[in-house]
Amino acid sequence: MKFIVSILLTALLSFATCLFFPWWTIAIVAFIVTAVIPQSPGRSFLTGFLALFLLWGVLSFLISVPNEHILAHKISMIILKLDNPYLLILVTALIGGVVAGFAAMTGSFLKKKKNATE
Amino acid sequence: MRIVPFIIFSLITAALIIILNTSLVLPAPLGKLLSPQHGIWQNAEPVNEDFTANLSFPQLAGKVNVYLDERLVPHIFAEQENDAYFVQGYLHAKFRLWQMELQTLSAAGRASEVIGDVALNHDKEFRRLGMVYAAENSLKEVEKDPLIKAECDAYTAGVNAYIEGLTESQLPVEYKLIGYKPEKWSNLKTALFLKYMSYDLASQEDDFEMTNAKNYFSKEDFAILSPAMKDSADPIIPKETVYPKPKVEIIIPPSADSLYFNNSAPITITKQKPDKDNGSNNWAVSGKKTQSGFPILANDPHLGLNLPSLWYEMQISTPDFNVYGVSFPGSPGVIIGFNDSCAFGFTNGGRDVRDYYEIKFKDDSRKEYSFNNQWRKTDFRFEKIKIKGQPDYMDTVAYTVFGPVMFDKNFTGNRTATNKNYAVRWKAHDPSNELKTFYLLDRAKNYSDYQAAIVNLHTPGQNCVFACKNGDIAIRTQGEFPAKWKGQGDFIMPGIDSSYMWQAMIPMDEIPFQHNPERNFVSSANQLPADSTYPYYLGSSYTPYRGITINRRLNTMNIITIKDMKILQTDNYNVFAEMATPIFLKNMKEQELSNEEKKYFEILRTWNFKNDLDSKGATVFYLTWEHFEDTVWNDDFAKAPKVIVRPSESTLLEAVLKDSSFKFLDNINTSQTETLADMVTSSFKKAVIELKEAESKDKLEWAKYKDTKVQHLTKLEPFSRFHLPIGGGTHCINATKSNHGPSWRMIVSLTPKTEAYGVYPGGQSGNPGSKYYDNFIDTWVAGNYYPIWIMKPSEVNDKRIKWKMSFSK
Repeated sequence: MKFIVSILLTALLSFATCLFFPWWTIAIVAFIVTAVIPQSPGRSFLTGFLALFLLWGVLSFLISVPNEHILAHKISMIILKLDNPYLLILVTALIGGVVAGFAAMTGSFLKKKKNATE
Repeated sequence: MRIVPFIIFSLITAALIIILNTSLVLPAPLGKLLSPQHGIWQNAEPVNEDFTANLSFPQLAGKVNVYLDERLVPHIFAEQENDAYFVQGYLHAKFRLWQMELQTLSAAGRASEVIGDVALNHDKEFRRLGMVYAAENSLKEVEKDPLIKAECDAYTAGVNAYIEGLTESQLPVEYKLIGYKPEKWSNLKTALFLKYMSYDLASQEDDFEMTNAKNYFSKEDFAILSPAMKDSADPIIPKETVYPKPKVEIIIPPSADSLYFNNSAPITITKQKPDKDNGSNNWAVSGKKTQSGFPILANDPHLGLNLPSLWYEMQISTPDFNVYGVSFPGSPGVIIGFNDSCAFGFTNGGRDVRDYYEIKFKDDSRKEYSFNNQWRKTDFRFEKIKIKGQPDYMDTVAYTVFGPVMFDKNFTGNRTATNKNYAVRWKAHDPSNELKTFYLLDRAKNYSDYQAAIVNLHTPGQNCVFACKNGDIAIRTQGEFPAKWKGQGDFIMPGIDSSYMWQAMIPMDEIPFQHNPERNFVSSANQLPADSTYPYYLGSSYTPYRGITINRRLNTMNIITIKDMKILQTDNYNVFAEMATPIFLKNMKEQELSNEEKKYFEILRTWNFKNDLDSKGATVFYLTWEHFEDTVWNDDFAKAPKVIVRPSESTLLEAVLKDSSFKFLDNINTSQTETLADMVTSSFKKAVIELKEAESKDKLEWAKYKDTKVQHLTKLEPFSRFHLPIGGGTHCINATKSNHGPSWRMIVSLTPKTEAYGVYPGGQSGNPGSKYYDNFIDTWVAGNYYPIWIMKPSEVNDKRIKWKMSFSK
């Protein structure tokens, strides 16, 4: 339950802060969520990772489909040197996930060990 | 708290963010770029994007409605004239901001700010050419004219209104990829944009190259290699025209023969050059030649083919005027188009309005230079060039009575040997108000309005074609041109006194023009403006061939329809090949050809002189001619200075047509004397080697061989279009080369209800993530046109309207 709530909270708050602040505020959000809702470092990483992997993956997918992937085709060729919109969506999701994952894990170390593992 | 892992993972997270937010480690800030709420994804415009908007700006005086049709062409209806320009600026910025800014930054010699020191030489060259100085001079003239100033102010305010409302996520994708932000627009930027067009269109000169050729070859040979007049010339203003005695008397400097036309040391300067084929076609036929009984006007300007396109199509309607056509993102008004009374179009004049003078400075400080036997003080302009990621570069440019000293010890233009100083005198430096031309043309009702409008066009000189619903047709080889003595400015001129300076401008009433001529049509295709009886020197860098085809066709055409004009405008007939091919056919030593070579010779023999997309003959001819030129000239130019140009295609063709034992046919490196037949046969054999290779790659067909592309301004391949199946070529009316060609095709029938067609190789949106980015290209490639809808205020419920943008106070 804690795990699911943390993921949802991280994703939701990340979306909200990114409406007004730079992209890397996802790290701050992920950090705060795991600091407030303590979990083990491993689970914290997964929380942040999954939250942003899903958020960025779903958002870019939802943008790219109505665009008929016109831009994703072109940008994937520029950035990845491969014409594959879905790979670009995957890379997007991974970047969000990794940054939020590490930030969330950092947050988990704020608490003492026994509290964190429950 | 577990302090050690906390610190370690804090650092890891911070490092990740830094890596993904900058270009320090990765080639691009991938996090910033791919963040769905900030980066490139925000530029992925839904294919069913809704452009409807209600906007209010305090700068507006009244209401403006913009109706966007299914091609995303805006139809602007404004209650107040300046509101229309405000909205035009807003729309240019909304759809084309990145290109407008890039082109003006480049014009101002500021490209290094964006792309780093790779552009430093470009920036130095443009500053030293005086691009900003020229724009400032022109802006001063604009500021004196209350109407044009108000137009520019409103336009600038419109661009800035868009920029101010822009959030980081809405930035055009190129800003995100390159990593910078737009700055505010200004009237100076509009002036800079127009100077960029002058650079592109009024830089026809080979002064350094010609000086070297003059110094390298003997006087007799040089005269053969650069003839002043071509036999085939069919001037814009026909040959029998009688010109009055000139009002301006020009004095040839007494030292011209000894000091100027004589040989001197070669010069090794190279500089950027606009495409020498920047040209165009335009014509107008009178109602006597059309089926409808009303005039038809056609225009297709040939320029570099880029995405986003140079052009943006639109209609502007106010209570005072109603104009439709293409505009330049970066400038107010419609540039090529038509209104309710008449239509107008342009081709490049191609006169030489840029000359160089050799300056003698007193010493290395460049503070004084010798002029009329005195030391005269130079003015200095300090140019601070900002370079991305590097310290600023300071350049000091000396200004003389002639103009800026473009080349000196601080900027050599890849000069290797001599240490000389050359000042540039460029007509674009002079104050002028070109915007007034378009302001008045957009409102012109008749021939006298047209005349009053175009005399404001000084630089770049343009052949302005005109047709009116009252039946008038006209053409004028417009521009403010220096009245030169024969040969003035063909070479570098001495700059130690005033004797070689431009003495006067050709009076506006001595500009060659035609108004309702007997032949019932007017036309231009960058050929010579007038024949040798015109009393002023015209130079010699004109291309004769497209003009010949156009005039030949128009002479014989009658009961002309719009369809006929479409066929003519997309015609692939190559009149140059028609004249040159017989030389190859007649002189080929067929007995020396192998069976394989004979196969290609047969293709050439049966070719119909049309550069159609699937034509193999066009490719055979093209390569044969290329090798013929190489074979004839390579030996003669092998030891010549590097900065030189070979004689034009027409010079070689006419020389060989006139004299089959043309002196330069002989290879000077062999003991025997080569004949035309030797040259033709050996050129053809060399061509066949390339033809075989092309055929093995399935590239023998002309369109595949020519391989036309429309490239994004950054040359980024995914943003460009390649391998377009289109015919044509340099000497065809359809002058589509590999990356250059008809940048806008327009046909206007001036019937009581105007009927017009147009197409350009691009799309209305500059966003590579929009479906409107390149959607016109396939239509253009196929030689098709879009019917132009001149929307009436009563048609607000027409089904062609897809979106409405309302602007109010």
